[in-house]
Amino acid sequence: MNLDEYSGIWVFLEVKDGKIAPVCLELLGAGRQMADKRGVPLAGLLIGYGVAPLAESVIPYGADVVYLYDEEIFRDYRTESFMRAVLECVEKHKPEIILYGATSTGKDLASAVATDLQTGLTADTTMLDVNAENGLLEASRPAFGGNIMATILCKKHRPQMATVRPKVMKALPPDPNRTGQIVRETINLREEDIRTKVLEIVRETKEKVRLDEADVIVAGGKGLGSKDAFELIHRFAEKIGATVGASRDAVEAGWIDHQHQVGQTGVTVTPKIYFAIGISGAIQHIVGMQNAGLIIAINKDPQAPIFQSSHYGIVGDAFEIVPMLMEAFQKMPDKEVQYGGKI
Amino acid sequence: MVLGSEEGKAMLHIVACIKQVPDTKIIKMNPRTNTMDRSSAPAILNPYDAHAVEEAVRLKQRYGGVVSVVTMGPPPAVKAIRKCVEIGADEGYLITDRAFAGADTLATSYALTKGIEKISEIRPVDLVICGKMTIDGDTGQVGPGIARRLDIPPLTNVNKVAEVNRDEGYVIVHRKLEDGYEVIKSTLPCLFSVEKEINEVPYSPLPNMLRAARYQPVIWAVNDLGEIDRTLLGLKGSPTIVAKVWPPEKPKGGERLEGTANEQVSQLMEILQEKKGLFRVKEEQV
Repeated sequence: MNLDEYSGIWVFLEVKDGKIAPVCLELLGAGRQMADKRGVPLAGLLIGYGVAPLAESVIPYGADVVYLYDEEIFRDYRTESFMRAVLECVEKHKPEIILYGATSTGKDLASAVATDLQTGLTADTTMLDVNAENGLLEASRPAFGGNIMATILCKKHRPQMATVRPKVMKALPPDPNRTGQIVRETINLREEDIRTKVLEIVRETKEKVRLDEADVIVAGGKGLGSKDAFELIHRFAEKIGATVGASRDAVEAGWIDHQHQVGQTGVTVTPKIYFAIGISGAIQHIVGMQNAGLIIAINKDPQAPIFQSSHYGIVGDAFEIVPMLMEAFQKMPDKEVQYGGKI
Repeated sequence: MVLGSEEGKAMLHIVACIKQVPDTKIIKMNPRTNTMDRSSAPAILNPYDAHAVEEAVRLKQRYGGVVSVVTMGPPPAVKAIRKCVEIGADEGYLITDRAFAGADTLATSYALTKGIEKISEIRPVDLVICGKMTIDGDTGQVGPGIARRLDIPPLTNVNKVAEVNRDEGYVIVHRKLEDGYEVIKSTLPCLFSVEKEINEVPYSPLPNMLRAARYQPVIWAVNDLGEIDRTLLGLKGSPTIVAKVWPPEKPKGGERLEGTANEQVSQLMEILQEKKGLFRVKEEQV
């Protein structure tokens, strides 16, 4: 494989609810920096049906080019159809790097594409860099349940690929004066060639807990002692407009549903504020919340490891401290602080 | 590979792919070398794979059939296969060889594919089920990789199997999405990666435990796997390398608030006030 034939950095542009998924704008921000370092163009790859109007929208975020596949066969995301488009586009334009959001769709697509291209794919990357000279992508990620960080390289295969966690890279402020090019691509793909069909999409927006999108999370752990006591977490969260999180222990004790679980076997979260209440701070929990903007721990046990991983800690009884906090929030002048939008 | 079989002749054959992993929950780090002390953690069946095996067993109970499990790993991985027999698997296959060592996800999916192809010569395979990911690798990439290599549809994030219709050659499953699920129909054979919420793994019935205790899986080395490209195995067949490992940075803060409960709470409120600019919710969307 002649590595020099491959040039340019791509971001797979996932469409979510009729918009470009936020993580893809973040990847354009990171991709722009790497493209400048390398002196190569940054391209978006947009696949869908009726998505053409979105192509222009990513130029202000840093893309020089958008490769656009807009055809009915791409109405629903399906691994096989989207993969065919990515493979054809790679074959044609030969990028050196492709980044995907580490979403269900991004991970599904990237895994399939990597196998067909027989190239390296780094999962759930949280740090990205590129070597300006040799073009090696340095993709770093937590490994072994967050016990270590590892930097992964793919030296002899192109394109180098990575899925990247949402909310760890920064989108650029949109620059309306930026210009770019939309390249329309076509593909010879018939419905009969695709072995899967989406029969129905069911949105569960009402009850669904979106921890990954929450700005403020109040999370409770085993230290609370019982399901009844866990009510305190719900009350505090409701008071300040936060989303309720939980440690694995609290979930396994049956105090709260699994969809609230933060950590390795739960959800990875990046809120602006994270309250860890009665959570001891096992590494599996820490990896799920360590990128929060401000971590506040409340725990009776002064030795609890959570204090090592928090910005501010209060050693004390949650049942004394939390009600006092609630009262203090109550007294706050209206609208002076708008964390979850509710305070 | 021999996929599916002559109509009406055989029963549903499901292969679950599993892995023995160190229990990352209790693994200790060597503080001097920043490496993992693997001997500190017991080897267990990857918890996500238990759900894959359980789902295979449930489908067998629903439709009749045979459940095989396959793993790539060192000889002690027999223990993980026995655990699957406890859950209800009928047959286990261990592919073990030094040539597999150092495999990344691409090389792993190649080795497992070769194993599944070999199993399919014994009994044609209708369905492959994998866990969502392993707790030591954390990638979820091997399942879709196997599907691509077998040229069968990969169905990831499956949280419900609505129907498996072997005679008509299709399945209907639910795939979990960030905000709901989709109902998807696929041709059979295909591959599922299943979410852990798809089922609960119950305590194993005594007869299974007794059978598992004595169970000896079929063991294959590279040479047993038929035509195989050795350059695609293990370290050699892995496009990715680990260039560097280091302990994750701990937040430096770690500041303890002092004083009475009242004082601590007021200090915290001051900090929150001070940082409010940082945290103001902003509206930004394309």
